[in-house]
Amino acid sequence: MSATVITITSGKGGVGKTTTTANLSVALAAQGKKVVAIDADIGLRNLDVVMGLENRIVYDLVNVIEGTCRLRQAMIKDKRVDELYLIPAAQSRDKTAVTPEDMVQVVNQLRSEFDFILIDSPAGIEQGFKNAIAPADRVLIVTTPEVSAVRDADRIIGLVEAEEKGPAELVINRLRADMVKRGDMLSTEDVIDVLAINLIGIVPDDETIIISTNQGRPVVMENGSLAGQAFRNISRRLMGQEVPFVNFEDNTSFIKRLTKFFKVSG
Amino acid sequence: MGFFNRLFGRSESKSGKVAKNRLQLVLVHDRVNLSPGEMELLKDELIQVISKYVEIDQQGIEIALTNNNRTSRLTAHFPVTGARPNK
Repeated sequence: MSATVITITSGKGGVGKTTTTANLSVALAAQGKKVVAIDADIGLRNLDVVMGLENRIVYDLVNVIEGTCRLRQAMIKDKRVDELYLIPAAQSRDKTAVTPEDMVQVVNQLRSEFDFILIDSPAGIEQGFKNAIAPADRVLIVTTPEVSAVRDADRIIGLVEAEEKGPAELVINRLRADMVKRGDMLSTEDVIDVLAINLIGIVPDDETIIISTNQGRPVVMENGSLAGQAFRNISRRLMGQEVPFVNFEDNTSFIKRLTKFFKVSG
Repeated sequence: MGFFNRLFGRSESKSGKVAKNRLQLVLVHDRVNLSPGEMELLKDELIQVISKYVEIDQQGIEIALTNNNRTSRLTAHFPVTGARPNK
């Protein structure tokens, strides 16, 4: 078993990196994969709280790197889903406490044990981002269909290429089909046109995300959530399955082209 | 058509389209790290250099920064009206 290491990043803050990391981790584990999620947002940790594991933290990633504890001691086993673990970030340090080399070392110790290692990147383009992508085999970039988010995503695409971790794949989050139909929101086609990278998922804006974060139960754990279904679809695409994109926006021809495009490249 | 749209208080372009156009423009500049202001300076310097060799019609100069699939391209067109006087 040799893990695929996937870093989820964005540039812009608040677009859904942590939500995506949490939900993809659960979705992959729920389908029988052995998964560890790592929160690389040192100083502003949130993966723990989104996953509902905040009360189980004893040790964190910085403890591991500094040798204060063994790697296993920092790994929190999720009791709800088999074979899902979390390594939380430190809350009282900052991104300078960790180097890209540290991250690579920690991840290398985990590679033989897991199918997937998901790394939640902090926002920005500085040390935290560099730490998060250093061990990556694949990079997912999350954006929302808004000007500033797409602009930042574009910058990140360039940086990912520069670090030789490309090509990155795109998740469009918080899409509002009603607004797209009215012409008041960038469509999936608009965003792909501008960014020109492969799309791996479209997640609709969904109240159930807020409810699920309130409860610490990632939305893929429930049925009946459109966002949950979207995250499940992304997890399946990550595993190499061909999953057609849901046509939220009444743009059938583009969506069909996307699915074929993805099949060829995925 | 635009007049009637404005008369009835409808914006000419839907905001989604405006967003896309603005994004395309801003990204073109972001990607080569050349602001619109810097492009003006570039244009002036190019005019200076080219004018040393040939006479150009300054009104007809077109300089554009475009993008295709993450590849950027700077193109410049200078209408040449003749030889530089006193060459």
